[in-house]
Amino acid sequence: MSLDPITLSVIQAGLQQVCDEMDLSFSRAAFSPVIAEANDRSDGIYDAIDGSLIAQGAGGLPVFVGTMQYSTRTLIEMIAAGQVAPPQPDDVYIVNDPYLGGTHLMDVRFARPFYRGGRLNCWLSNTGHWPDTGGAVPGGFSASATAVEQEGLRLPPVRLFKQGVLDREIYAIICSNIRVADQRIGDVKAQAAALAVGAERLGALMDRYGDDTVAQAIAELRQRAARQMRAFIADIPKTRLEGTAWVDSDGVVNEPLAIRLAVSRDGDDLVFDFAGSSPPCAGPMNSVRATTLSSVYLAMRHIFPEVPISAGAFEPLKVAGIEDTFLDARYPRPVSGCAAEVSQRIAEAVFAALVPALPDRVTAAPAGTSGNFALGGHDPDRGRDFVMYQLSGGGYGGNADHDGLANGCSTIGISKAPPVEIMEQAFPVLYRHYRLREGSGGAGRQRGGFGLDYLVELRRGLAKASFVMDHGRFGPQGALGGDDGAPNRVTVWRDGQAYTPEHLSKEQDIALAPGDRVHVETPGGGGYGDPFDRDPQAVLSDVLSGYYSASQAQELFGVVVRDRELDLRATTIQRQSH
Amino acid sequence: MTRQASEQVVGVDVGGTFTDLVMIDQATGAVRLAKVSSTADNQARGVMRALAAAQADLGALDLIVHGTTTTTNAVLERKLCRTGLITTAGFRDVLELGRRTRPQPYGMKGEFRPIIPRQLRLEVPERMDAAGRVVAPLDEDAVREAAAKLLRLGCESVVVHFLHAYANPAHEQRVAGILGECWPNGFVTMGHALLSESREFERGVTAAVNASVQPLLARYVSALQRDLAGGGYDGQLLVMNGNGGMVSAARVAEEAAKTVMSGPASGVIAAAYAGRAAGIEDLITYDMGGTSTDVALIRGAEPSVSNETEIEYAMPIHVPMVDVRTVGAGGGSIARVNSAGLLEVGPQSAGADPGPICYGRGGAEPTISDANLLLGRLDPDGITAVEGGVSLDHVRAVFDARLGAPLGLDATRAAEAVLRVANTRMAGAIRMVSVSLGADPRDFALFAFGGAGPLHAGALARELGIPRVLVPPRPGITNAVGCVVADLRHDYVRTLNRALDTLDMDELRAVFEAQAAEGAALIGDEAVTLTGTRRIHSLDMQFVGQTHLVRVPLDDISIDRAELRRRFEAVYFERFRVELAEIRANVVNANTSVVGQRVPVDLATLIDPAGRKTTLAEAQRTGREVYFGQWLTSPVYRRELLPADAVIEGPAVIEQMDTTVLIEPGDVARCDAQGNLLIGIGAAA
Repeated sequence: MSLDPITLSVIQAGLQQVCDEMDLSFSRAAFSPVIAEANDRSDGIYDAIDGSLIAQGAGGLPVFVGTMQYSTRTLIEMIAAGQVAPPQPDDVYIVNDPYLGGTHLMDVRFARPFYRGGRLNCWLSNTGHWPDTGGAVPGGFSASATAVEQEGLRLPPVRLFKQGVLDREIYAIICSNIRVADQRIGDVKAQAAALAVGAERLGALMDRYGDDTVAQAIAELRQRAARQMRAFIADIPKTRLEGTAWVDSDGVVNEPLAIRLAVSRDGDDLVFDFAGSSPPCAGPMNSVRATTLSSVYLAMRHIFPEVPISAGAFEPLKVAGIEDTFLDARYPRPVSGCAAEVSQRIAEAVFAALVPALPDRVTAAPAGTSGNFALGGHDPDRGRDFVMYQLSGGGYGGNADHDGLANGCSTIGISKAPPVEIMEQAFPVLYRHYRLREGSGGAGRQRGGFGLDYLVELRRGLAKASFVMDHGRFGPQGALGGDDGAPNRVTVWRDGQAYTPEHLSKEQDIALAPGDRVHVETPGGGGYGDPFDRDPQAVLSDVLSGYYSASQAQELFGVVVRDRELDLRATTIQRQSH
Repeated sequence: MTRQASEQVVGVDVGGTFTDLVMIDQATGAVRLAKVSSTADNQARGVMRALAAAQADLGALDLIVHGTTTTTNAVLERKLCRTGLITTAGFRDVLELGRRTRPQPYGMKGEFRPIIPRQLRLEVPERMDAAGRVVAPLDEDAVREAAAKLLRLGCESVVVHFLHAYANPAHEQRVAGILGECWPNGFVTMGHALLSESREFERGVTAAVNASVQPLLARYVSALQRDLAGGGYDGQLLVMNGNGGMVSAARVAEEAAKTVMSGPASGVIAAAYAGRAAGIEDLITYDMGGTSTDVALIRGAEPSVSNETEIEYAMPIHVPMVDVRTVGAGGGSIARVNSAGLLEVGPQSAGADPGPICYGRGGAEPTISDANLLLGRLDPDGITAVEGGVSLDHVRAVFDARLGAPLGLDATRAAEAVLRVANTRMAGAIRMVSVSLGADPRDFALFAFGGAGPLHAGALARELGIPRVLVPPRPGITNAVGCVVADLRHDYVRTLNRALDTLDMDELRAVFEAQAAEGAALIGDEAVTLTGTRRIHSLDMQFVGQTHLVRVPLDDISIDRAELRRRFEAVYFERFRVELAEIRANVVNANTSVVGQRVPVDLATLIDPAGRKTTLAEAQRTGREVYFGQWLTSPVYRRELLPADAVIEGPAVIEQMDTTVLIEPGDVARCDAQGNLLIGIGAAA
């Protein structure tokens, strides 16, 4: 007998609650600011047999939306094959191998078996971004790595907690291979405690509704999520839709990498075919299979946020043609850029392909880079080394409803930027300015949002600057007649001389002396619709706000502003000659 | 403290729809109540009308305590005064760039309007570093030019917000001096004055909110004082702040931002007061209205206070406020069947207009209120009384068509489903609030108020494992009651940010003492009768390297280092089940609240004791069929007629002027000496 719809809704809410409580517990107790502040973590419940996603916390980092079901599946397969020790109650496995269903090495996954009546019922798993996992550069984002070994310590699935007890030997090996190891115990305990919270809450849910009812509900919810996604897919026309997005370069070979995507309907399914994309690359801008799939899922969830995250929602989404491309890199290809950059470019390709078909839902391209700038050096006043990260946002794409947001976080992230005051407290730097990047939003009926423009100066000691960003060569794409947003721009001022990295926004270890400055201008979002259709009053307001100059208003939007007032007649003439 | 003990006290709360008033004669216990429509354009008219409705003799009143939504509405509706910003060169866009966020995790859309538009944000050369050392001197001529330009552009108020002013406010203070000479009206806010902490976006927005509402609040309060004086009132007017304390009308506009969210705060204050009187000091407040539900936590009769409220997306107001969280659904939340065939309730709401179908204002979508009506929980005769009212059959037909058909249920079962799903979601949201504050809801009682709170409270308590529900005598005017009972209160936060093992414990004590002295002095200045003052101390702590904080309450500030470490570890373990002996502890903030305790008010007379009957049978108005999985004949009582010692076994319905209390089967309600209804849930009954 199938379950009544009310019980189904109630259990759905209950499963979601379990995951949300795991998310909350994890970030509140974590030490790594990337987890605690930036919420670079995710928690979920996974099927005992194939690892497929049952439910996931609503506040999890978007890029992890699909990855953990692959890492859990791989773990299950490796246990079955005798490659990994079988689970005992209260064990917690640790794994960060990108090729086993992961992202990059810094995303460390924990998995805990959940038992009912002595039998494995499901898996609880979470991912947290550790500040460092060893490798050539602090933080793991090496712009010029050519093999994964240079990127850090790679852990196969091992039981870090055995029946609830931390294995000090494994932990000692990890600590000897990573930087700032002394605080990691706090994150390890927080990450494991979150899974314990999940186990307790899930147990309570099953006690209340019965194991069979919950199992039945999970199966039914999966089918219904698939049905819901298919109902949305049914609105997409059965034509072949195409989108292309470009990664500037891989950090080693200075040539653009293409993501070529064709989206087509196959019955009720939607097929994302990436055939023809660039082959695996030498530098760290490779993606692994799990990340590529997850990027497609997260892009679809940005478009259809109503569909709850579960394996069912992904079922109708088929990904093809990634073999032998840089979207399905294998060992030992370097992959640090996969979660932070390539994933966003994949999402951009999905948006570009679908915006003509779903113009009310899809936006023009957002800035789409994590804007990773790292500064490492020695602070003589404090007598110690430091590593500073500035992850910056950019403009979002214009869309049917609004202009794009200014300075939004990455497509795959949900984090807050650190305040300038906190950065200056912690590091020997002074920001000369931190402002909106004027003119950077792509012109459109709804314009793109504006990027960020900051100039930061080293005050004392010697330091090295590294950048892993993207969209330096090509700006975020406009849609439906809108212009592209301004591309990313990185300029390093050394001894008064401007220097632009060869790979534009990727380079490692640029030496800086006191007084040297780093200037970053992040991308604006793509414009949406013909800029000459933009409401002249909105353009006037943009000019009065200093977002665009009067001459840009005339050139980009065909709107004439004189003495801070709209010249409607001149505007009409200007626009007619368009 | 020169006045006599207050005798005639009025609490008046202006809400979105109604202005509520409670007048208590403390000598006789006589109570008068009034509920009139709010007057959005000038709230003072509604206040005067409420006073008239209660037949208050203004000349005989001793104290009026006022909760106002003037500033809250101004912020949420962006009806702000034209405000300019003078800020550090290179940083005028801080208020627009925010913290690099988007409104929701999924969906790349969203809108954000900076609180001060870009053309009114001007830069002047000046710069401090993080240690408070001058990197660039202040250009005073540039300040004068900027002020003149802002005045030319029509600004009424101005914010001065410099980077690192929390570390060294010298430049801001110098600008205050200059503006004292050239800004005509005194509406000048210094960034460091309300909040002297790092984080330039939060501090800047807090200051900008203050400046943008200051003239509005000043004008409103003086208009109200004029009206009151015109009516013969010569007593003190106090205004509620968002921290649940009050401040004199003369001073309130200086820190106008502190009045934001004062309405919800006063409801929580009323709950804490009622809880203390009833001996139930740990409460979760549950205020369900037409469009939303607010939840707050009270421990040991003290409401949780947060210094980091964000009242909407990217609108942080970092002054101490009672930590009230909005958790979504209200009576107007719409139910629908989604494309997966699953029933969803909310987040869309029919609001007040058109409102639920049963309002008869053209609402066509099934809502929570409509479901309550179909199941007999609300009085079906009530809707036909409304002009242009709709029939129960009409509501039933909508449930049949919109929900019943796709779900394969009849209208009754569909209505039941709506309530179950809504209650599950609300219970989950309440759980998240309590868990995020480190509390297990089962250790609390649920304090139910608002128009719809007492209708759902029993089901929610059962869902959450909460053993008891407390329904105050007048659930629909709880905020006004909060005004009557609120204390004077001042909160202080001082950032120390030092490792516990290097912290000078004597210095810590000195900080607490200084905070307490400042608060005591302010309270001493107010002409309000007090029974005493109270101090509440706490520390916000973390392990070194963390960013989140854990609050450690201190009952004795002469605590030694080792004991403090133990207390912190105990609080931390209680919250996270994690022990971290290997890591050092950090003391981030020292907090002190100084509370001037008002003369206690007896709330038992909120329901006139003379009107109460001696038997339950006399209090019964009628009986009706109410659906609890099956139709059960349930007695319907009038709340104000209930005997003072009534014991009522569910199922039962208790009606009163502004709300309906539902006693579910298996639950038992008892009247207590304070006029509350205490509902024991299931086995706990």
